[in-house]
Amino acid sequence: MSLETINLAGLDLTQEARRQVEICNACRYCEGFCSVFPAIAEKRMFADGDITQLASLCHNCQGCYHACQYTAPHEFNLNLPAILAEVRHDSWDRFAWPRAFAGAFQRSGVAIGLALVAGFALLFAALVALRPESGEGFYAFLAHTAMVAIFAPAFLGPLAVIAIGLRRYWVEVGGAPIRLSHLRAAFASAATMRNLGGGQGQGCNFENGNRFSNKRRMAHQMVMYGFLLCFAATSSGTLMHYLLGMEAPYGLFSLPKLLGVPGGVLLTLGAVWLVSLKMRSEKALGAASAWGGEMAFVILLGLTGFTGLALYAATGTALVGPLLAVHLGAVLAFFLTTPYSKMVHGFYRLAALIRDAQTKG
Amino acid sequence: MTKGKTDEHLARLAIRTSETCLPWMEKQGVRFQPSLSGTLSLSRTNAFFLGGGKALVNAYYNRVEDLGVTVVYEAQVQHVDIEDGTFRGVDCAIAGAPARVNGRAVVLASGGFQADLDWLARAWGPAARNFLIRGTPYNRGVVLKDMLDQGAESVGDPTQCHAVAIDGRAPKFDGGIVTRLDCVPFSVVVNRDSQRFYNEGEDVWPKRYAIWGRLVAAQPDQVAYSIIDSQSINAFMPSVFPPVVADTIEKLGEKLGLSGTALKETIDTFNAACRPGTFHGNELDGLATEGLEPPKTNWARPITKPPFYGYALRPGVTFTYLGLKVDDTARVTGTNGLMTNVWAAGEIMAGSILGQGYLAGFGMTIGTVFGRIAGKEAAKHVA
Repeated sequence: MSLETINLAGLDLTQEARRQVEICNACRYCEGFCSVFPAIAEKRMFADGDITQLASLCHNCQGCYHACQYTAPHEFNLNLPAILAEVRHDSWDRFAWPRAFAGAFQRSGVAIGLALVAGFALLFAALVALRPESGEGFYAFLAHTAMVAIFAPAFLGPLAVIAIGLRRYWVEVGGAPIRLSHLRAAFASAATMRNLGGGQGQGCNFENGNRFSNKRRMAHQMVMYGFLLCFAATSSGTLMHYLLGMEAPYGLFSLPKLLGVPGGVLLTLGAVWLVSLKMRSEKALGAASAWGGEMAFVILLGLTGFTGLALYAATGTALVGPLLAVHLGAVLAFFLTTPYSKMVHGFYRLAALIRDAQTKG
Repeated sequence: MTKGKTDEHLARLAIRTSETCLPWMEKQGVRFQPSLSGTLSLSRTNAFFLGGGKALVNAYYNRVEDLGVTVVYEAQVQHVDIEDGTFRGVDCAIAGAPARVNGRAVVLASGGFQADLDWLARAWGPAARNFLIRGTPYNRGVVLKDMLDQGAESVGDPTQCHAVAIDGRAPKFDGGIVTRLDCVPFSVVVNRDSQRFYNEGEDVWPKRYAIWGRLVAAQPDQVAYSIIDSQSINAFMPSVFPPVVADTIEKLGEKLGLSGTALKETIDTFNAACRPGTFHGNELDGLATEGLEPPKTNWARPITKPPFYGYALRPGVTFTYLGLKVDDTARVTGTNGLMTNVWAAGEIMAGSILGQGYLAGFGMTIGTVFGRIAGKEAAKHVA
């Protein structure tokens, strides 16, 4: 199957999405696939904010595209997954702060690569410049205080920037005060990636034409849970350090390692799987302009997991120094690009799910 | 429903067997979903495919691929070669190049002829050129005609097609489901001359949906206009194209290409005939006009609250009734009785059961029931 990419040059994305959504609302046969179509059916008119919300809610399962009788060569030329993806990516650009960075890493794999190289360089330089007198494990190469000095701002800064974007999103989609029930619904949906389930658990269309499979859903959850485990590992280490006075290195049966090792394995394997699935997917059913940036993002995520595992495996060898620089460089590149890379999809998607739960009352 | 134009034995067979179709379809990978929001109160009668008809066909094609069946695309059958009631092969064009495929049995499932506008115009009259065709432009009845020319026995009224009133701005072909308009019962419908011509509130919409194609087809230029006001704009499923809007009836008339004053007069007359009462959109509410001809016997609310909305309506052809006569094994009848190895399924034989009228979903039912029968019988024949 080969598809014409919609020519989006000079096209008002929101207006084009509105045109397509209005056709969908007169059909409604896709209602059972995901949350987007029931949300469409609740309205007759679609304000710009409504289109942003629908675009953010769409998980790109592509079920509607393959079921649609109005795709090209039909004159209605529907490709809802693609136009919603374009609107979604465009909205991340609009919400990004500062605007100058908007889209910098989202759409460019090269930019992510350069960020990664810069991260490596910075960490190698730091290792040389800040080499401590003494220390255990990787603290022998970079002192805890130096790590905190680099990573606390590199972590908290991007989070603050994302908060600005989320606030803008919430205003645009007309979000209401959030209740616990909204959060429960949204997190339950994200935890199971329900919207990649095809409505009946058959999964989505991605790597194998119009056949359904849960591979993409599972690969995504491996990456997501792997990432969360790694994050929990780092958090637990931080708490142990500050609250309990227990400093790294930690043994295999410590909380950071019990969380981090499986987390790193899941993250690495999940990323490899996602990349291989994405290679087999149809580019024209997503945001074609962001393909490179998305791919590089998944690779970067996988790399943080893999280099973390490698660093642990190299314990006690001469490789700890260079591997520490490589791992921390990857982590740094990941953190700093977060507000402007595909990583923001997680934040906006969760916000969209919360908003969707609100509209369902 | 068909006013007697049916083979009762086959109709009973279709209805009886339809029950076993659902689990069989699910086994082939077809998925169903609850009835769609806002559909014409079909929740108790109809099963909906998740994703619609193309998703259904996708599931079948995937199944067929898994079974190792060869599918050839861009292939058109031009002639079915039958000697003394026995099928030999088909002459076809594959990607434009002539080809011949021989076989020991054949199942014909090539639809009706509604996309051949010349044929439609010959059958119905020149007005048929103004009809919109709801489905594929490839449904040209080539195989049906070829079979009839070779003496296959026909069923169904050769002059008739099933048409519903759809959005007049729909594409000529393949506008499909989204071009439906469910506004008629809440509206006043006028023709090109701004005159009413039928009781818009005769019955609940699913029952009446089908007759409006014929009604509009009988009007000058085969066009009509459904006029509503802001009270009713949200009472039916959204239309694929936005309605024409105006602040006054005169302006709406002009925007629709009608005489504004004539439309105003018709609406005023209608409004004056409306009586007080309670409107219930989902049931026959008996809210009827008085002293109006033709009357509107339900949902007759005066059209008074601007903005006013209008939709052009045109007949949208869904299917044709002419088909091949089959027996209860779906085998086609020729000049000398049943043909040896020719079966038929779907629209090409549906006239055996649906000689007239329509029941929502019954085309799919006939296709599935007789498709399965024809497939089994053909397979048995070559085994």
